Amino acid sequence: MDLLRFATAGSVDDGKSTLIGRLLLDSKAIFEDQLEAVEATSRTKGFDYTDLALLTDGLRSEREQGITIDVAYRYFATPQRKFIIADTPGHVQYTRNMVTGASTADLGLVLVDARQGLTEQSRRHAVILSLLRVPHLVLAVNKMDLVDWDEETFNRIRQEFVQFAQRLNVPDLAVIPISALQGDNVVTRSENMPWFEGSSLMHHLENVHIASDRDLRDVRFPVQYVVRPKSDEHHDYRGYAGRVASGVLKPGDEVLVLPSGLTSKIAGIDLYDEEVAEAFPPMSVVVRLEDDLDVSRGDMICRVRNAPEPTQDIDAMVCWMTRDPLRPGRKLAIKHTTRSARALVKDVQYRLDINTLHRDLEAGELGLNEIGRIRLRTTQQLFVDPYEQNRTTGSFILIDEATGTTVGAGMTN
Amino acid sequence: MQTHADYRLSQLDELESESIHIFREVVAELERPVLMFSGGKDSIVMLRLAEKAFYPARLPFPLLQVDTGLDFPEVLATRDSWVERLGATLVVASVDEAIANGVVVDDGRTSRNRLQTGTLLDAIEKNGFTAAFGGGRRDEEKARAKERVYSHRDEFGQWDPKNQRPELWSLYNGRLHAGEHMRIFPLSNWTELDIWHYLEREEVEIPSIYFAHRRRVFERDGMLLSEHPANPCRDGEVVTERTVRFRTVGDLSLTGCVESEASTLAEIVEEVAVARVTERGATRGDDRFSEAAMEDRKKEGYF
Repeated sequence: MDLLRFATAGSVDDGKSTLIGRLLLDSKAIFEDQLEAVEATSRTKGFDYTDLALLTDGLRSEREQGITIDVAYRYFATPQRKFIIADTPGHVQYTRNMVTGASTADLGLVLVDARQGLTEQSRRHAVILSLLRVPHLVLAVNKMDLVDWDEETFNRIRQEFVQFAQRLNVPDLAVIPISALQGDNVVTRSENMPWFEGSSLMHHLENVHIASDRDLRDVRFPVQYVVRPKSDEHHDYRGYAGRVASGVLKPGDEVLVLPSGLTSKIAGIDLYDEEVAEAFPPMSVVVRLEDDLDVSRGDMICRVRNAPEPTQDIDAMVCWMTRDPLRPGRKLAIKHTTRSARALVKDVQYRLDINTLHRDLEAGELGLNEIGRIRLRTTQQLFVDPYEQNRTTGSFILIDEATGTTVGAGMTN
Repeated sequence: MQTHADYRLSQLDELESESIHIFREVVAELERPVLMFSGGKDSIVMLRLAEKAFYPARLPFPLLQVDTGLDFPEVLATRDSWVERLGATLVVASVDEAIANGVVVDDGRTSRNRLQTGTLLDAIEKNGFTAAFGGGRRDEEKARAKERVYSHRDEFGQWDPKNQRPELWSLYNGRLHAGEHMRIFPLSNWTELDIWHYLEREEVEIPSIYFAHRRRVFERDGMLLSEHPANPCRDGEVVTERTVRFRTVGDLSLTGCVESEASTLAEIVEEVAVARVTERGATRGDDRFSEAAMEDRKKEGYF
């Protein structure tokens, strides 16, 4: 059984909570006591129906306001797969939460109301998912029951979306007509829409092919921690612990260590007390080298003729996450893989209007929840790949040095 | 040596890898970590992951246990056996001592569970711990579903759910000011079933009370509680002997058990897979006080 992480974005009006509630209910991930609590709350609030949003809106302030503010993680499993849902709010003022949820997702689920068709919000969700390079996208056209299961309506929305998606980077797209409320095409194929030949949403989630999403060619192993037992039994043991970002490592492979540029061979790869024949993403292992090199946290193990170019100049798309705007001249802390440095904002090249994809070259700054292209100069070399090639070695976070909070999410160009 | 034909990890291996990454990241970046060890199944999985993360070196941090004075003896025995096998350092923070020293006030109405919070915060401050690993999982409870892996606590140990740091990719931000600390949740993405599957696979020692055994119990608020001097029966409550097991282990006076015949991990996995009530809803009196019971306790600095 493998793991699929998917992100949903939307507001209560799209039926997002109803859909999630149904996926959880039908896979038996909601327990009786949770459902009873929600039923009781719905009754005391005077609702006619059980408000499944109450299951996901976990904070008191969210329940009071009746909106989802923060990213909530939900879990369910079928015999095929375990799923982690990053459930995020849909409104523009919570773009940063959507970006957060999408950052780890294999698949993004965008919901539209069949009566309304594509809206600014659904386009924005697709743009964010494509910026974050979420490799699979599902457009669920919901509330088909309210348009009499009309094939024409569905085709029109699908056409419009396919056309829009051509301007984005969407490697894999599925469009599914559903009724979250009545369950059509959610878990089982709908009898009301015999004209639809595709699979149900759950079937798609269970079977979408994610194995090829990983890069198994370019070896990138950011060194996280040096394991040195300093005990009698393991006196000479020295291993480099980390999580494989991409590529396959094997004992005997010739490797290059950045930033020193020194080369060695892999003597062995340890996973706890056993040696493994190979390590691939996202395995956490300990790599031992044949030569005694000076390797420490923040270094990167790669292959001799396949390594990123160390650089102090970063060109990236950034989502800004705090009120105080991002302007040229600002100094921030940057964390990239296991490497930390300081960064100076050289300039803001443009701000991207995430509803229209228009680039505003005159913007000069990025405000809260805004996305744009910037250039940074860092105090230390970083070993970056373009984000579109590698979501691990192409991503970084920016931290405000005074408050310590994460204020930006960056994707290198 | 293992090889993987398709270069795919099972979901359990992927969770393990993610958690090990978190342990190493914290030890590399934060100065004085500690692992909050209760002896319960989640903290045992945490300890197992920590063991794997640093092997063949010893654990680079101590364990911290908050002793409520009402812990199950079977749980303490398991704790001691783990500490001995790993050669780990154990710090015990006692609720009784905290009461005696005036750190927390036992007014006779507050449960032992609630008094743990003050005791815990006091131990973190006195020892100068800057990061405390906890076994909390997001599937346990809806306030927890919103919690970060790195959960920031202010100088008062409080959690501010509305003001959490965004957490992207696997880039964790461990920046702290003096007096603040982080709660770290390496099991955030594990479910109760994952925990049991993992314990079954790893074949590690867990407290015997998780398995079916005969016990003298009585019913209260729909829960089965143990007969114990600290837990006197009220009017109308009748003690009977039944075959039971515990789904969670906490304070003896609040943790209920369920009737069960499951005496092996495989049987427990089977039982958990078909369970229709959450472990906390079923057997934890501490989570039942209000809809926001957990959120409120977490804001104060609970585990």
